[in-house]
Amino acid sequence: MTAPLIECRQLSKTYRRGPETIEVLQQLDLNIPEGDFVALMGPSGSGKTTLLNLIGGLDQPSGGEIRIGGQRIDQLSSAGLSRWRAEHVGFVFQFYNLMPVLSAARNVELPLLLTNLSKADRQRRVDVALKLVGLAERAGHKPAELSGGQEQRVAIARAIVADPTLLVCDEPTGDLDRKTADEILRLLQTLNSELGKTIVMVTHDPKAAEYAKRTLHLDKGQLVDEPEA
Amino acid sequence: MSYFGLVLSQLFSRKTRTILTLLSLLMAFLLFGLLQAVNVAFNRGASIEGASRVVTQARVSFTQALPLRHVPLVEAVPGVEAVMYQQWFGAWYQEPRQQLVAFAVEPERLHEVVAEWQLTDDQWQAFATTRTGIIVGKQLADRFDWKVGDKLPLNSNIWPQQDGNMAWIFDIVGIFDTSDPASPPGVAYINFDYFDEARQFGKGGAGIIVSRLSNPKEAEQVSQAIDALFLNSADETKSQSEQEFNLNFVRQLGDINLIVNAILGAVFFTILLLTGNTMAQAVRERIPQLAVLKTLGFSDSAVQWLVLAETFLLIGIGALLGMCLATVFGMGLTPFLGGSGSIVDLTVWGYALIAVIVLALAVGLPPALRARRLNIVDALAGR
Repeated sequence: MTAPLIECRQLSKTYRRGPETIEVLQQLDLNIPEGDFVALMGPSGSGKTTLLNLIGGLDQPSGGEIRIGGQRIDQLSSAGLSRWRAEHVGFVFQFYNLMPVLSAARNVELPLLLTNLSKADRQRRVDVALKLVGLAERAGHKPAELSGGQEQRVAIARAIVADPTLLVCDEPTGDLDRKTADEILRLLQTLNSELGKTIVMVTHDPKAAEYAKRTLHLDKGQLVDEPEA
Repeated sequence: MSYFGLVLSQLFSRKTRTILTLLSLLMAFLLFGLLQAVNVAFNRGASIEGASRVVTQARVSFTQALPLRHVPLVEAVPGVEAVMYQQWFGAWYQEPRQQLVAFAVEPERLHEVVAEWQLTDDQWQAFATTRTGIIVGKQLADRFDWKVGDKLPLNSNIWPQQDGNMAWIFDIVGIFDTSDPASPPGVAYINFDYFDEARQFGKGGAGIIVSRLSNPKEAEQVSQAIDALFLNSADETKSQSEQEFNLNFVRQLGDINLIVNAILGAVFFTILLLTGNTMAQAVRERIPQLAVLKTLGFSDSAVQWLVLAETFLLIGIGALLGMCLATVFGMGLTPFLGGSGSIVDLTVWGYALIAVIVLALAVGLPPALRARRLNIVDALAGR
């Protein structure tokens, strides 16, 4: 059996809203092996995005442990977590979140500014990433000049350009039509099957979830099936 | 792309707003450069070194007249080529608010000292021989449409005639032009003999003595020699370059430093609010983008520095353009305030650099700290 890349133990997350404490995740245990492609589904407020944020190192849990590749990321400082994200995680958002003033190539290059790569090496990697998502000829275009599907491809290129182990996708097809969504999902599948990227994807769309190797369901902050890989 | 490229692209993400802010900064630093240069020039004073003319006044104040018996003594000082004396007339034309700069002079002496002026020999001659004659600068003549041959009624706010009348009538006998910044063509000269005879008091005295030097390199020695002549006398003197004398004269108008600093304070307070608002708005609009940068692995400090760098760049570009323009304009003011090249010199650029740093920190720190404290999850969720 493949060693788990993501291990969550007794993971909990609470928020305070005024005097009220909201328990979003409750003592959650989860293993995701390296090379897996997992879809996280569940009703609104079930904790999917919160779990994704914790796995991606965007937020810190209120309790429990998260190990990614054997490293306790819940114990990292803010600066340590930033470095860890830059090296290990790629993010794909529902609304692409590209920099509107930068061209596609420069958007893809952004994570590489945090590396010691030379300008030529950065450009080489940007070219490869854009080619991989099928947008090599659109490198000089700004986000406003691209379609939604193309923007999401640029976002995916940005997510993989630093060659992270893990891709974290929050409703990556939520803003796209069916046909474009299928293209994006096939692209994610390819990244998973051919480049071995581990992908955790939050989605409301059962058709999107079908592209994943398996689907986990969350409800009221707990996994309701398949807690173990 | 480099970090600089990233900052630059962020800065110009709203081109119109950035350009308008840059123009405001340009104007502010143009004003800063010129006014600060005036400040520096007034604090520094003008050097006597290299002066071709030396002005001698009473040690206490130029409002105290020097006796005319000083003139031949000054004339005898080695290095002095020609000497003239002049008395401030305190003139106004038609109404008191229309003040003119007019001096009573001995025409021949004036001619010897300012030989380079453009005034025909006939007109010099007419000035010397017409007791009520007056020569006026071209600028003045153009302003009031005066011509040679016109009768010119002037009032003095200092000197009454023997009968107590403050109104004096002169005959325009010449119109001169000069590129000499120390004697701009907006001045008028009347005949000293006529003035001295007709005035009610103060006879036999003149406000200043002006000496033309044979060698400007000896200006300091000649000045010291003149002042040494009258040391410990009842009429001690103070000799200085014409530029320094002019600066002292303007200083009589008021506390120039205070005026300049008050204007600069107002300008920078306005710029502080304007740029502060621009940066705060820019950061507020880009919160999701800043959150994305953090998501990609940019640390809190990196994002903070990006915002601060953007502020420095904005203010720096505006300041650079404004100061370059001020330096160019400052070249036109150099003859009046002394120095060489532009009055906006390295000292003024140094002050501008300090102003940029202070302004950028004051304006940039609050949004930079906001960017630093930005919570990724909240920002991405639009909270």
